[in-house]
Amino acid sequence: MAKVKGAIIIDKEKCKGCELCVVACPTNVIGMAPDVNGKGYHFAYAINPESCTGCENCAIVCPDGVISVYRVKVTVE
Amino acid sequence: MEIKDIIKEENLVYSKTKLLTDTTLTYCPGCGHGVAHRLLMEVIEEMNIREDTIGISPVGCSVFAYDFMDIDMAQAAHGRAPAVATGIKRCWPDKFVFTYQGDGDLAAIGTAETIHACNRGENFTIIFINNGIYGMTGGQMAPTTLPGMKSSTTPFGRDVSLMGNPIKITELVAQLPGTYFVSRQAVHKPANVRKAKKAIRTAFEVQQQKKGLSFVEIVSNCNSNWKMTPIQSNQWMEENMFPYYPIGDIKIEGKLIKTN
Ligand SMILES: Cc1ncc(C[n+]2csc(CCOP(=O)(O)OP(=O)(O)O)c2C)c(N)n1
Ligand code: SF4
Ligand code: SF4
Ligand code: SF4
Repeated sequence: MAKVKGAIIIDKEKCKGCELCVVACPTNVIGMAPDVNGKGYHFAYAINPESCTGCENCAIVCPDGVISVYRVKVTVE
Repeated sequence: MEIKDIIKEENLVYSKTKLLTDTTLTYCPGCGHGVAHRLLMEVIEEMNIREDTIGISPVGCSVFAYDFMDIDMAQAAHGRAPAVATGIKRCWPDKFVFTYQGDGDLAAIGTAETIHACNRGENFTIIFINNGIYGMTGGQMAPTTLPGMKSSTTPFGRDVSLMGNPIKITELVAQLPGTYFVSRQAVHKPANVRKAKKAIRTAFEVQQQKKGLSFVEIVSNCNSNWKMTPIQSNQWMEENMFPYYPIGDIKIEGKLIKTN
């Protein structure tokens, strides 16, 4: 069976901590870090990376365009 | 499969377009301006018209759009972007020209330029960001501020008996024979982002056909001046802005399809 798996990279220093990606993710991949970046914002990160499907939702709603999305098709038995 | 095996160049499916510079946007966290900028640049990249596009930035929070969009840009005095765009487009009728304007810029000080460029059917695109307020200057009432909505100049809410009703300038310009495509969109949710991008693409294609003015409003948040978190402001926008400024196409191929 073919399945899609995704992964995201968030540019932590450029994130402004708006949390819009968190609510846009259908599989609850993203959370906010308790610590802050150089700008003083709690930054977003993949708290649950295994659930990412690479749907791009988080990246297209990010106002600062700091999320990159990767996607592969994998075959699982 | 391990995450590190997925994160490889050949598997990259989305990243910020190169048509946006690496300059950090000056916008507040969660502000819709950033998404609107990106969609516009993605459309220009996908149509492969970067060398042939000239944008006009306004006065307002997006005054520095020329620092963020890596294309040829001019910057107009407050509200005058459609006049500047008219001049540029008439000199270079084969270039793609767009203005990017807030509601204070487009629907208050620039009303005359907006209406007359639309009425003349100038062949350029207007991208109109409606956040119901003057963002840059500290949240004063705009012509688009909703009835009862608080702003720094209407601390008890907009009183329509004193201040008039919010102007639906997008419906207004749709009435003019010079506009060929008029649409209202939003960019706060993934589905809206995808639809807004389609509308911007259509607007640029209308320029190719030289059919008249194309106008895309994006209802957006100004979470700082609305004094809400980005998530709250998007919710408030859905509940309060969308009933007054309904999302969808208003005029397609020169024909009104909605008359609210
Ligand atoms: C001729 C002139 N009048 C007034 C101003 C002050 N001013 C700067 S931005 C602005 C309003 C901007 O609001 P809007 O167009 O809604 O854009 P936003 O900042 O909300 O994106 C005003 C009145 C100005 N710069 N020039
Ligand atoms: S790509 Fe889709 S599934 Fe993956 S983190 Fe982003 S929104 Fe969630
Ligand atoms: S949407 Fe972008 S800026 Fe906002 S928290 Fe997520 S990664 Fe950060
Ligand atoms: S003041 Fe409002 S419109 Fe301006 S950047 Fe901040 S949220 Fe956006």
